[in-house]
Amino acid sequence: MTTRSRHGLLVLPLLAFLVIAYLAPVTLMLARTAGESFGFEPLRQVIASPVAVKVFLYTLETAVWVTLITLVLAYPLAFFIATARALTASILMAVVLVPFWTSILIRSYAWMVLLGRKGIINELLVSVGLLSQPLKLLNTGFAVYIGMVHVLLPFMILPILASLKGIDGRLVAAAENLGAGPVSVFRHVILPLSMPGVLAGTVLVFVLALGFYITPALLGGPSDMTISMLIAQEVDLYRWDVGAAMAALLLVMTLVALLGFSRFVSLDKILGGAK
Amino acid sequence: MTGYAITLSSPLARALLGIVALAVALFLIVPVLVIVPLSFSSGSFLSFPPPGFSLRWYQQLFSRSDWMDSAWLSIWIACVVALLSTVLGTAASFGLVRGKFPGQRLLVAFILSPLIIPGIIVAIAVYFFYARLQLVGSPVAIAVAHTALAVPFVVVNVSASLHGFDKRLEMAAQNLGAGAFDTFRLVILPSIRPGVVAGALFAFITSFDELIVALFIAGPSQVTLPLRMWESMRSSLEPTLAAVSTLAVVASVSLFLCASWLQRRAQAGAGKVVREGA
Repeated sequence: MTTRSRHGLLVLPLLAFLVIAYLAPVTLMLARTAGESFGFEPLRQVIASPVAVKVFLYTLETAVWVTLITLVLAYPLAFFIATARALTASILMAVVLVPFWTSILIRSYAWMVLLGRKGIINELLVSVGLLSQPLKLLNTGFAVYIGMVHVLLPFMILPILASLKGIDGRLVAAAENLGAGPVSVFRHVILPLSMPGVLAGTVLVFVLALGFYITPALLGGPSDMTISMLIAQEVDLYRWDVGAAMAALLLVMTLVALLGFSRFVSLDKILGGAK
Repeated sequence: MTGYAITLSSPLARALLGIVALAVALFLIVPVLVIVPLSFSSGSFLSFPPPGFSLRWYQQLFSRSDWMDSAWLSIWIACVVALLSTVLGTAASFGLVRGKFPGQRLLVAFILSPLIIPGIIVAIAVYFFYARLQLVGSPVAIAVAHTALAVPFVVVNVSASLHGFDKRLEMAAQNLGAGAFDTFRLVILPSIRPGVVAGALFAFITSFDELIVALFIAGPSQVTLPLRMWESMRSSLEPTLAAVSTLAVVASVSLFLCASWLQRRAQAGAGKVVREGA
Protein backbone atom coordinates (compact mmCIF):
# COMPACT_ATOMS: atom_id res chain seq x y z
CA MET A 1 0.00 0.00 0.00
CA THR A 2 1.46 3.34 -1.02
CA THR A 3 1.60 6.38 1.29
CA ARG A 4 -0.92 8.19 -0.89
CA SER A 5 -3.53 5.48 -0.67
CA ARG A 6 -2.82 5.10 3.06
CA HIS A 7 -3.50 8.82 3.54
CA GLY A 8 -6.76 8.26 1.71
CA LEU A 9 -7.95 6.07 4.60
CA LEU A 10 -8.41 9.22 6.68
CA VAL A 11 -11.58 9.86 4.67
CA LEU A 12 -13.16 6.70 6.06
CA PRO A 13 -14.46 8.01 9.43
CA LEU A 14 -16.33 10.85 7.71
CA LEU A 15 -17.52 8.56 4.93
CA ALA A 16 -18.88 6.05 7.46
CA PHE A 17 -20.57 8.85 9.38
CA LEU A 18 -22.20 10.33 6.27
CA VAL A 19 -23.35 6.93 5.03
CA ILE A 20 -25.23 6.35 8.30
CA ALA A 21 -26.41 9.89 9.06
CA TYR A 22 -27.11 11.17 5.54
CA LEU A 23 -26.89 8.67 2.66
CA ALA A 24 -28.92 5.89 4.32
CA PRO A 25 -31.80 8.17 5.39
CA VAL A 26 -31.99 9.82 1.95
CA THR A 27 -31.80 6.47 0.13
CA LEU A 28 -34.49 4.90 2.34
CA MET A 29 -36.67 7.95 1.84
CA LEU A 30 -36.25 7.76 -1.94
CA ALA A 31 -37.07 4.05 -1.84
CA ARG A 32 -40.57 4.93 -0.60
CA THR A 33 -41.24 6.33 -4.06
CA ALA A 34 -41.48 2.75 -5.33
CA GLY A 35 -44.50 2.06 -3.12
CA GLU A 36 -45.31 -1.14 -1.25
CA SER A 37 -45.78 -3.33 -4.31
CA PHE A 38 -43.07 -1.65 -6.42
CA GLY A 39 -45.69 -0.16 -8.70
CA PHE A 40 -44.55 3.42 -8.01
CA GLU A 41 -48.06 4.33 -6.76
CA PRO A 42 -46.85 7.35 -4.72
CA LEU A 43 -45.12 8.75 -7.80
CA ARG A 44 -48.20 8.17 -9.96
CA GLN A 45 -50.34 9.85 -7.32
CA VAL A 46 -48.13 12.95 -7.39
CA ILE A 47 -48.11 13.18 -11.17
CA ALA A 48 -51.89 12.70 -11.33
CA SER A 49 -52.58 15.36 -8.70
CA PRO A 50 -53.51 18.75 -10.19
CA VAL A 51 -52.46 20.49 -6.96
CA ALA A 52 -48.98 18.96 -7.04
CA VAL A 53 -48.51 19.80 -10.72
CA LYS A 54 -49.59 23.38 -10.05
CA VAL A 55 -47.17 23.69 -7.12
CA PHE A 56 -44.29 22.25 -9.18
CA LEU A 57 -44.96 24.71 -12.00
CA TYR A 58 -45.29 27.63 -9.56
CA THR A 59 -41.97 26.70 -7.95
CA LEU A 60 -40.21 26.43 -11.32
CA GLU A 61 -41.67 29.70 -12.53
CA THR A 62 -40.71 31.47 -9.30
CA ALA A 63 -37.17 30.07 -9.45
CA VAL A 64 -36.73 31.28 -13.05
CA TRP A 65 -38.01 34.80 -12.31
CA VAL A 66 -36.12 35.13 -9.04
CA THR A 67 -32.91 34.05 -10.80
CA LEU A 68 -33.40 36.61 -13.58
CA ILE A 69 -34.26 39.47 -11.18
CA THR A 70 -31.29 38.55 -8.97
CA LEU A 71 -28.96 38.56 -11.99
CA VAL A 72 -30.19 41.96 -13.18
CA LEU A 73 -29.72 43.49 -9.71
CA ALA A 74 -26.46 41.71 -8.83
CA TYR A 75 -24.42 42.52 -11.92
CA PRO A 76 -24.42 46.36 -11.55
CA LEU A 77 -23.53 46.16 -7.86
CA ALA A 78 -20.74 43.61 -8.49
CA PHE A 79 -19.45 45.74 -11.36
CA PHE A 80 -19.51 48.86 -9.20
CA ILE A 81 -17.63 47.11 -6.37
CA ALA A 82 -15.05 45.77 -8.84
CA THR A 83 -14.34 49.25 -10.19
CA ALA A 84 -14.71 51.24 -6.94
CA ARG A 85 -11.93 52.62 -4.79
CA ALA A 86 -10.69 50.46 -1.91
CA LEU A 87 -12.73 52.14 0.86
CA THR A 88 -16.01 52.23 -1.11
CA ALA A 89 -15.44 48.63 -2.18
CA SER A 90 -14.95 47.41 1.39
CA ILE A 91 -18.02 49.26 2.67
CA LEU A 92 -20.12 47.72 -0.12
CA MET A 93 -18.63 44.28 0.59
CA ALA A 94 -19.83 44.64 4.18
CA VAL A 95 -23.28 45.59 2.84
CA VAL A 96 -23.31 42.34 0.82
CA LEU A 97 -21.83 40.12 3.54
CA VAL A 98 -23.85 41.22 6.60
CA PRO A 99 -27.18 40.05 5.09
CA PHE A 100 -25.40 36.96 3.72
CA TRP A 101 -24.27 36.09 7.24
CA THR A 102 -27.72 36.72 8.74
CA SER A 103 -29.96 33.67 8.88
CA ILE A 104 -32.74 33.29 6.30
CA LEU A 105 -35.27 33.16 9.14
CA ILE A 106 -34.26 36.56 10.51
CA ARG A 107 -34.19 38.14 7.05
CA SER A 108 -37.69 36.84 6.36
CA TYR A 109 -38.79 38.25 9.73
CA ALA A 110 -37.35 41.64 8.75
CA TRP A 111 -39.48 41.61 5.59
CA MET A 112 -42.56 40.65 7.62
CA VAL A 113 -41.93 43.72 9.77
CA LEU A 114 -41.41 45.92 6.71
CA LEU A 115 -44.28 44.67 4.57
CA GLY A 116 -47.03 43.98 7.14
CA ARG A 117 -50.40 45.80 7.10
CA LYS A 118 -49.15 47.84 10.06
CA GLY A 119 -45.59 47.47 8.83
CA ILE A 120 -43.00 50.14 8.33
CA ILE A 121 -43.56 50.65 4.60
CA ASN A 122 -47.34 50.98 4.91
CA GLU A 123 -47.12 53.30 7.94
CA LEU A 124 -44.61 55.46 6.10
CA LEU A 125 -46.66 55.69 2.91
CA VAL A 126 -49.87 56.46 4.82
CA SER A 127 -48.25 59.13 7.03
CA VAL A 128 -46.70 60.83 4.00
CA GLY A 129 -50.14 60.81 2.38
CA LEU A 130 -49.28 58.64 -0.62
CA LEU A 131 -51.80 56.05 0.54
CA SER A 132 -55.16 56.57 2.16
CA GLN A 133 -55.22 53.06 3.61
CA PRO A 134 -52.53 50.39 3.97
CA LEU A 135 -51.87 48.02 1.06
CA LYS A 136 -51.79 44.28 1.39
CA LEU A 137 -48.11 43.58 0.75
CA LEU A 138 -47.41 40.71 3.15
CA ASN A 139 -48.71 37.20 2.34
CA THR A 140 -48.58 37.89 -1.38
CA GLY A 141 -46.51 36.58 -4.28
CA PHE A 142 -44.84 39.99 -4.36
CA ALA A 143 -43.51 39.52 -0.81
CA VAL A 144 -42.20 36.05 -1.72
CA TYR A 145 -40.26 37.49 -4.68
CA ILE A 146 -38.84 40.34 -2.57
CA GLY A 147 -37.76 37.99 0.21
CA MET A 148 -36.24 35.36 -2.09
CA VAL A 149 -34.34 37.94 -4.15
CA HIS A 150 -33.03 39.46 -0.92
CA VAL A 151 -31.84 36.10 0.41
CA LEU A 152 -30.29 34.98 -2.88
CA LEU A 153 -28.62 38.21 -4.07
CA PRO A 154 -25.26 37.59 -2.32
CA PHE A 155 -25.03 34.13 -3.97
CA MET A 156 -25.16 35.92 -7.34
CA ILE A 157 -23.01 38.95 -6.42
CA LEU A 158 -20.03 37.03 -4.98
CA PRO A 159 -19.23 34.77 -8.00
CA ILE A 160 -19.76 37.64 -10.48
CA LEU A 161 -17.52 39.90 -8.39
CA ALA A 162 -14.83 37.21 -8.24
CA SER A 163 -14.75 36.85 -12.03
CA LEU A 164 -14.84 40.64 -12.62
CA LYS A 165 -11.91 41.07 -10.25
CA GLY A 166 -10.00 38.46 -12.20
CA ILE A 167 -10.23 40.44 -15.46
CA ASP A 168 -6.93 42.01 -16.49
CA GLY A 169 -7.59 45.78 -16.65
CA ARG A 170 -5.00 46.09 -19.42
CA LEU A 171 -7.43 44.32 -21.77
CA VAL A 172 -9.97 47.09 -21.16
CA ALA A 173 -7.34 49.77 -21.68
CA ALA A 174 -6.20 48.07 -24.90
CA ALA A 175 -9.77 47.93 -26.24
CA GLU A 176 -10.26 51.63 -25.42
CA ASN A 177 -6.98 52.55 -27.10
CA LEU A 178 -8.16 50.72 -30.19
CA GLY A 179 -11.18 53.01 -30.28
CA ALA A 180 -13.89 50.94 -28.55
CA GLY A 181 -16.56 52.99 -26.74
CA PRO A 182 -17.80 52.10 -23.24
CA VAL A 183 -20.71 50.03 -24.55
CA SER A 184 -18.61 47.96 -26.90
CA VAL A 185 -15.85 47.50 -24.28
CA PHE A 186 -18.51 46.13 -21.97
CA ARG A 187 -20.11 43.93 -24.61
CA HIS A 188 -16.97 42.54 -26.20
CA VAL A 189 -14.46 42.46 -23.32
CA ILE A 190 -15.96 42.67 -19.84
CA LEU A 191 -19.21 40.73 -20.27
CA PRO A 192 -17.66 37.67 -22.00
CA LEU A 193 -14.83 37.53 -19.45
CA SER A 194 -17.27 37.68 -16.53
CA MET A 195 -19.50 34.92 -17.94
CA PRO A 196 -18.02 32.15 -15.73
CA GLY A 197 -19.12 34.11 -12.64
CA VAL A 198 -22.52 34.87 -14.15
CA LEU A 199 -23.12 31.20 -14.96
CA ALA A 200 -21.91 29.99 -11.55
CA GLY A 201 -24.18 32.51 -9.79
CA THR A 202 -27.13 31.65 -12.02
CA VAL A 203 -26.91 27.89 -11.35
CA LEU A 204 -26.41 28.41 -7.64
CA VAL A 205 -29.34 30.82 -7.29
CA PHE A 206 -31.67 28.75 -9.48
CA VAL A 207 -30.93 25.50 -7.65
CA LEU A 208 -31.26 27.11 -4.22
CA ALA A 209 -34.50 28.85 -5.30
CA LEU A 210 -36.04 25.48 -6.24
CA GLY A 211 -35.76 24.30 -2.64
CA PHE A 212 -37.03 27.41 -0.83
CA TYR A 213 -39.21 26.78 2.21
CA ILE A 214 -38.85 29.30 5.06
CA THR A 215 -39.21 32.53 3.07
CA PRO A 216 -42.33 31.61 1.05
CA ALA A 217 -43.92 30.00 4.14
CA LEU A 218 -43.56 33.24 6.12
CA LEU A 219 -44.09 35.85 3.40
CA GLY A 220 -46.45 34.14 0.94
CA GLY A 221 -50.20 33.73 0.84
CA PRO A 222 -52.18 30.49 0.48
CA SER A 223 -51.58 30.32 -3.28
CA ASP A 224 -47.81 30.83 -2.98
CA MET A 225 -46.96 27.24 -2.13
CA THR A 226 -43.56 25.85 -3.13
CA ILE A 227 -42.63 22.19 -3.55
CA SER A 228 -40.82 22.21 -0.21
CA MET A 229 -43.93 23.54 1.55
CA LEU A 230 -46.13 20.94 -0.11
CA ILE A 231 -43.73 18.16 0.93
CA ALA A 232 -43.82 19.40 4.54
CA GLN A 233 -47.62 19.47 4.41
CA GLU A 234 -47.86 15.91 3.07
CA VAL A 235 -45.50 14.68 5.81
CA ASP A 236 -47.56 16.48 8.46
CA LEU A 237 -50.66 14.70 7.12
CA TYR A 238 -48.82 11.37 7.49
CA ARG A 239 -48.78 10.86 3.71
CA TRP A 240 -45.09 10.02 3.94
CA ASP A 241 -44.79 8.07 0.70
CA VAL A 242 -46.37 10.85 -1.34
CA GLY A 243 -44.09 13.37 0.37
CA ALA A 244 -41.11 11.15 -0.44
CA ALA A 245 -42.14 10.90 -4.09
CA MET A 246 -42.34 14.70 -4.29
CA ALA A 247 -38.92 14.96 -2.63
CA ALA A 248 -37.55 12.52 -5.20
CA LEU A 249 -38.91 14.69 -8.03
CA LEU A 250 -37.44 17.81 -6.42
CA LEU A 251 -34.08 16.06 -6.11
CA VAL A 252 -34.18 15.02 -9.77
CA MET A 253 -35.00 18.62 -10.78
CA THR A 254 -32.07 19.89 -8.71
CA LEU A 255 -29.64 17.36 -10.16
CA VAL A 256 -30.84 17.93 -13.74
CA ALA A 257 -30.35 21.70 -13.29
CA LEU A 258 -26.85 21.14 -11.86
CA LEU A 259 -25.80 18.65 -14.53
CA GLY A 260 -27.39 20.69 -17.32
CA PHE A 261 -25.37 23.71 -16.34
CA SER A 262 -22.21 21.71 -15.57
CA ARG A 263 -21.63 21.54 -19.33
CA PHE A 264 -20.95 25.28 -19.16
CA VAL A 265 -19.45 25.67 -15.71
CA SER A 266 -17.58 23.24 -13.47
CA LEU A 267 -19.43 21.92 -10.42
CA ASP A 268 -16.41 22.64 -8.21
CA LYS A 269 -16.83 26.31 -9.04
CA ILE A 270 -20.53 26.28 -8.13
CA LEU A 271 -20.00 24.42 -4.87
CA GLY A 272 -16.89 26.43 -4.04
CA GLY A 273 -18.94 29.61 -4.27
CA ALA A 274 -21.60 28.36 -1.90
CA LYS A 275 -20.32 30.27 1.11
CA MET B 1 -5.63 38.50 -9.74
CA THR B 2 -3.55 40.54 -12.10
CA GLY B 3 -3.15 43.71 -10.09
CA TYR B 4 -4.58 45.68 -13.00
CA ALA B 5 -8.17 46.26 -11.98
CA ILE B 6 -10.73 47.26 -14.58
CA THR B 7 -11.80 50.91 -14.51
CA LEU B 8 -14.71 52.81 -15.98
CA SER B 9 -13.57 55.79 -17.99
CA SER B 10 -16.98 57.26 -18.86
CA PRO B 11 -18.27 59.51 -16.03
CA LEU B 12 -21.90 59.15 -17.16
CA ALA B 13 -21.71 55.35 -17.09
CA ARG B 14 -20.05 55.58 -13.69
CA ALA B 15 -22.83 57.78 -12.28
CA LEU B 16 -25.63 55.59 -13.63
CA LEU B 17 -23.95 52.47 -12.34
CA GLY B 18 -23.43 54.16 -8.98
CA ILE B 19 -27.14 54.95 -8.62
CA VAL B 20 -28.24 51.39 -9.42
CA ALA B 21 -25.54 49.94 -7.16
CA LEU B 22 -26.58 52.21 -4.28
CA ALA B 23 -30.24 51.19 -4.68
CA VAL B 24 -29.35 47.47 -4.61
CA ALA B 25 -27.02 48.02 -1.64
CA LEU B 26 -29.82 49.75 0.31
CA PHE B 27 -32.25 46.95 -0.57
CA LEU B 28 -29.73 44.48 0.88
CA ILE B 29 -28.82 46.23 4.12
CA VAL B 30 -31.90 48.20 5.23
CA PRO B 31 -34.05 45.17 6.20
CA VAL B 32 -31.25 43.80 8.38
CA LEU B 33 -30.62 47.15 10.08
CA VAL B 34 -34.29 48.00 10.60
CA ILE B 35 -34.67 45.31 13.28
CA VAL B 36 -32.12 47.00 15.54
CA PRO B 37 -34.05 50.20 16.44
CA LEU B 38 -37.25 48.15 16.81
CA SER B 39 -35.64 45.95 19.46
CA PHE B 40 -34.90 49.05 21.58
CA SER B 41 -38.46 50.37 21.26
CA SER B 42 -40.46 51.33 24.33
CA GLY B 43 -43.74 50.57 22.52
CA SER B 44 -45.58 47.26 22.54
CA PHE B 45 -46.02 47.21 18.77
CA LEU B 46 -43.58 47.26 15.94
CA SER B 47 -44.24 50.91 15.14
CA PHE B 48 -41.61 52.88 13.32
CA PRO B 49 -40.02 55.17 14.31
CA PRO B 50 -40.14 53.74 17.86
CA PRO B 51 -41.96 55.98 20.38
CA GLY B 52 -38.98 55.90 22.73
CA PHE B 53 -35.89 54.03 23.82
CA SER B 54 -36.05 51.16 26.29
CA LEU B 55 -34.44 47.84 27.06
CA ARG B 56 -37.74 46.21 28.05
CA TRP B 57 -37.72 43.63 25.25
CA TYR B 58 -34.21 42.53 26.13
CA GLN B 59 -35.20 42.34 29.80
CA GLN B 60 -38.23 40.28 28.89
CA LEU B 61 -36.13 38.01 26.67
CA PHE B 62 -33.59 37.29 29.41
CA SER B 63 -36.27 36.74 32.05
CA ARG B 64 -38.28 34.25 30.00
CA SER B 65 -37.11 30.74 30.60
CA ASP B 66 -38.53 29.35 27.34
CA TRP B 67 -36.33 31.68 25.25
CA MET B 68 -33.29 31.10 27.45
CA ASP B 69 -33.69 27.30 27.37
CA SER B 70 -33.90 27.42 23.60
CA ALA B 71 -30.79 29.61 23.35
CA TRP B 72 -28.77 27.23 25.54
CA LEU B 73 -30.04 24.18 23.68
CA SER B 74 -29.01 25.71 20.34
CA ILE B 75 -25.59 26.70 21.68
CA TRP B 76 -25.08 23.21 23.11
CA ILE B 77 -26.07 21.48 19.87
CA ALA B 78 -23.92 23.87 17.80
CA CYS B 79 -20.87 23.11 20.01
CA VAL B 80 -21.32 19.36 19.53
CA VAL B 81 -21.72 19.91 15.78
CA ALA B 82 -18.61 22.12 15.60
CA LEU B 83 -16.53 19.53 17.48
CA LEU B 84 -17.79 16.49 15.57
CA SER B 85 -17.58 18.06 12.12
CA THR B 86 -14.13 19.53 12.80
CA VAL B 87 -12.68 16.16 13.82
CA LEU B 88 -14.30 14.21 10.98
CA GLY B 89 -13.82 16.98 8.42
CA THR B 90 -10.15 17.67 9.20
CA ALA B 91 -9.23 13.99 8.94
CA ALA B 92 -11.17 13.66 5.69
CA SER B 93 -9.53 16.79 4.24
CA PHE B 94 -6.16 15.12 4.82
CA GLY B 95 -7.34 12.04 3.02
CA LEU B 96 -8.69 14.09 0.13
CA VAL B 97 -5.72 16.44 -0.29
CA ARG B 98 -2.92 13.95 0.39
CA GLY B 99 -4.48 10.71 -0.72
CA LYS B 100 -5.15 9.47 -4.22
CA PHE B 101 -7.81 6.84 -4.79
CA PRO B 102 -10.46 5.96 -7.35
CA GLY B 103 -13.77 7.81 -7.13
CA GLN B 104 -12.20 10.76 -5.35
CA ARG B 105 -14.10 13.44 -7.30
CA LEU B 106 -17.39 11.65 -6.72
CA LEU B 107 -16.60 11.44 -3.01
CA VAL B 108 -15.91 15.20 -2.84
CA ALA B 109 -19.21 15.89 -4.61
CA PHE B 110 -20.99 13.61 -2.11
CA ILE B 111 -19.39 15.32 0.91
CA LEU B 112 -20.24 18.79 -0.42
CA SER B 113 -23.75 17.87 -1.63
CA PRO B 114 -25.62 19.03 1.52
CA LEU B 115 -24.69 22.59 0.51
CA ILE B 116 -26.89 22.37 -2.56
CA ILE B 117 -29.58 19.75 -1.87
CA PRO B 118 -32.86 21.32 -0.72
CA GLY B 119 -33.10 21.34 3.08
CA ILE B 120 -36.54 19.73 3.08
CA ILE B 121 -35.17 16.57 1.42
CA VAL B 122 -32.57 16.02 4.15
CA ALA B 123 -35.11 17.03 6.81
CA ILE B 124 -37.83 14.52 5.91
CA ALA B 125 -35.28 11.77 5.13
CA VAL B 126 -33.75 12.15 8.57
CA TYR B 127 -37.21 12.43 10.15
CA PHE B 128 -38.41 9.12 8.62
CA PHE B 129 -35.11 7.46 9.61
CA TYR B 130 -35.19 8.71 13.20
CA ALA B 131 -38.89 7.91 13.54
CA ARG B 132 -38.09 4.27 12.75
CA LEU B 133 -35.26 4.28 15.30
CA GLN B 134 -37.38 6.24 17.82
CA LEU B 135 -34.79 9.00 18.01
CA VAL B 136 -37.10 11.92 17.22
CA GLY B 137 -36.77 14.60 19.89
CA SER B 138 -33.24 13.74 20.99
CA PRO B 139 -30.80 16.69 20.95
CA VAL B 140 -27.97 14.32 20.00
CA ALA B 141 -29.98 13.22 16.97
CA ILE B 142 -30.36 16.87 15.93
CA ALA B 143 -26.60 17.37 16.34
CA VAL B 144 -25.85 14.30 14.19
CA ALA B 145 -28.12 15.56 11.40
CA HIS B 146 -26.65 19.07 11.62
CA THR B 147 -23.13 17.65 11.39
CA ALA B 148 -23.83 16.26 7.92
CA LEU B 149 -24.92 19.78 6.87
CA ALA B 150 -21.96 21.51 8.55
CA VAL B 151 -19.08 19.22 7.57
CA PRO B 152 -18.70 20.65 4.01
CA PHE B 153 -17.61 24.00 5.48
CA VAL B 154 -14.84 22.29 7.47
CA VAL B 155 -13.68 20.28 4.45
CA VAL B 156 -13.58 23.37 2.19
CA ASN B 157 -11.63 25.45 4.72
CA VAL B 158 -9.18 22.81 5.90
CA SER B 159 -8.51 21.59 2.33
CA ALA B 160 -7.66 25.17 1.32
CA SER B 161 -5.17 25.43 4.22
CA LEU B 162 -3.63 22.06 3.38
CA HIS B 163 -3.15 23.02 -0.26
CA GLY B 164 -1.08 25.98 0.92
CA PHE B 165 0.99 23.97 3.39
CA ASP B 166 4.61 23.35 2.44
CA LYS B 167 5.14 19.59 2.56
CA ARG B 168 8.89 19.98 2.96
CA LEU B 169 8.33 21.05 6.57
CA GLU B 170 6.65 17.73 7.18
CA MET B 171 9.46 15.80 5.50
CA ALA B 172 12.01 17.75 7.55
CA ALA B 173 10.19 16.81 10.76
CA GLN B 174 10.10 13.16 9.75
CA ASN B 175 13.79 13.20 8.81
CA LEU B 176 14.50 14.58 12.27
CA GLY B 177 12.80 11.53 13.73
CA ALA B 178 9.23 12.71 14.44
CA GLY B 179 6.53 10.07 14.14
CA ALA B 180 3.35 10.61 12.15
CA PHE B 181 1.36 11.79 15.18
CA ASP B 182 4.07 14.17 16.43
CA THR B 183 4.50 15.56 12.92
CA PHE B 184 0.78 16.26 12.79
CA ARG B 185 0.60 17.76 16.28
CA LEU B 186 3.78 19.85 16.19
CA VAL B 187 4.22 20.80 12.53
CA ILE B 188 1.05 20.46 10.47
CA LEU B 189 -1.65 21.44 12.96
CA PRO B 190 -0.09 24.76 14.03
CA SER B 191 0.13 25.96 10.45
CA ILE B 192 -3.35 24.85 9.35
CA ARG B 193 -4.99 25.90 12.63
CA PRO B 194 -6.61 29.08 11.23
CA GLY B 195 -8.34 27.01 8.53
CA VAL B 196 -9.49 24.43 11.10
CA VAL B 197 -10.88 27.10 13.45
CA ALA B 198 -12.59 28.92 10.56
CA GLY B 199 -14.23 25.62 9.55
CA ALA B 200 -15.34 25.02 13.14
CA LEU B 201 -16.92 28.50 13.32
CA PHE B 202 -18.78 27.98 10.04
CA ALA B 203 -19.99 24.62 11.34
CA PHE B 204 -21.18 26.23 14.60
CA ILE B 205 -23.18 28.92 12.76
CA THR B 206 -24.66 26.40 10.30
CA SER B 207 -26.13 24.44 13.20
CA PHE B 208 -27.07 27.50 15.27
CA ASP B 209 -29.13 28.96 12.39
CA GLU B 210 -30.61 25.68 11.08
CA LEU B 211 -34.40 25.50 11.11
CA ILE B 212 -35.81 22.99 8.60
CA VAL B 213 -34.27 19.80 10.04
CA ALA B 214 -35.06 20.94 13.58
CA LEU B 215 -38.65 21.60 12.49
CA PHE B 216 -39.12 17.89 11.85
CA ILE B 217 -36.92 16.12 14.37
CA ALA B 218 -37.04 18.35 17.46
CA GLY B 219 -39.48 17.18 20.11
CA PRO B 220 -41.84 19.46 22.06
CA SER B 221 -39.32 19.76 24.88
CA GLN B 222 -36.30 20.33 22.62
CA VAL B 223 -37.18 23.60 20.93
CA THR B 224 -34.08 25.12 19.35
CA LEU B 225 -33.77 28.90 19.09
CA PRO B 226 -34.62 29.14 15.35
CA LEU B 227 -37.60 26.86 15.99
CA ARG B 228 -38.91 29.06 18.81
CA MET B 229 -38.44 32.14 16.61
CA TRP B 230 -40.32 30.42 13.77
CA GLU B 231 -43.23 29.54 16.07
CA SER B 232 -43.34 33.07 17.41
CA MET B 233 -43.28 34.53 13.87
CA ARG B 234 -46.22 32.42 12.86
CA SER B 235 -48.36 33.43 15.83
CA SER B 236 -47.51 37.00 16.78
CA LEU B 237 -44.74 39.34 15.76
CA GLU B 238 -43.87 40.29 19.35
CA PRO B 239 -41.02 42.79 19.71
CA THR B 240 -39.09 40.18 21.74
CA LEU B 241 -38.36 38.70 18.31
CA ALA B 242 -36.62 41.91 17.28
CA ALA B 243 -34.41 41.63 20.37
CA VAL B 244 -33.52 37.96 19.70
CA SER B 245 -32.90 38.74 16.04
CA THR B 246 -30.63 41.68 16.84
CA LEU B 247 -28.58 39.53 19.22
CA ALA B 248 -28.44 36.69 16.68
CA VAL B 249 -27.32 39.05 13.90
CA VAL B 250 -24.59 40.51 16.12
CA ALA B 251 -23.46 37.00 17.11
CA SER B 252 -23.35 35.61 13.55
CA VAL B 253 -21.67 38.68 12.09
CA SER B 254 -18.95 38.57 14.78
CA LEU B 255 -18.39 34.84 14.29
CA PHE B 256 -18.25 35.26 10.51
CA LEU B 257 -15.82 38.18 10.86
CA CYS B 258 -13.55 35.94 13.00
CA ALA B 259 -13.88 33.10 10.52
CA SER B 260 -13.10 35.20 7.44
CA TRP B 261 -10.21 36.90 9.23
CA LEU B 262 -8.87 33.41 10.03
CA GLN B 263 -9.46 32.30 6.41
CA ARG B 264 -7.35 35.20 5.17
CA ARG B 265 -4.70 34.48 7.79
CA ALA B 266 -4.74 30.82 6.79
CA GLN B 267 -4.00 31.76 3.19
CA ALA B 268 -1.41 34.39 4.15
CA GLY B 269 0.19 32.05 6.70
CA ALA B 270 0.42 29.24 4.18
CA GLY B 271 2.07 31.65 1.75
CA LYS B 272 4.58 32.66 4.41
CA VAL B 273 5.55 29.08 5.13
CA VAL B 274 6.11 28.47 1.42
CA ARG B 275 8.19 31.60 1.08
CA GLU B 276 10.31 30.83 4.11
CA GLY B 277 10.76 27.29 2.94
CA ALA B 278 11.95 28.41 -0.50
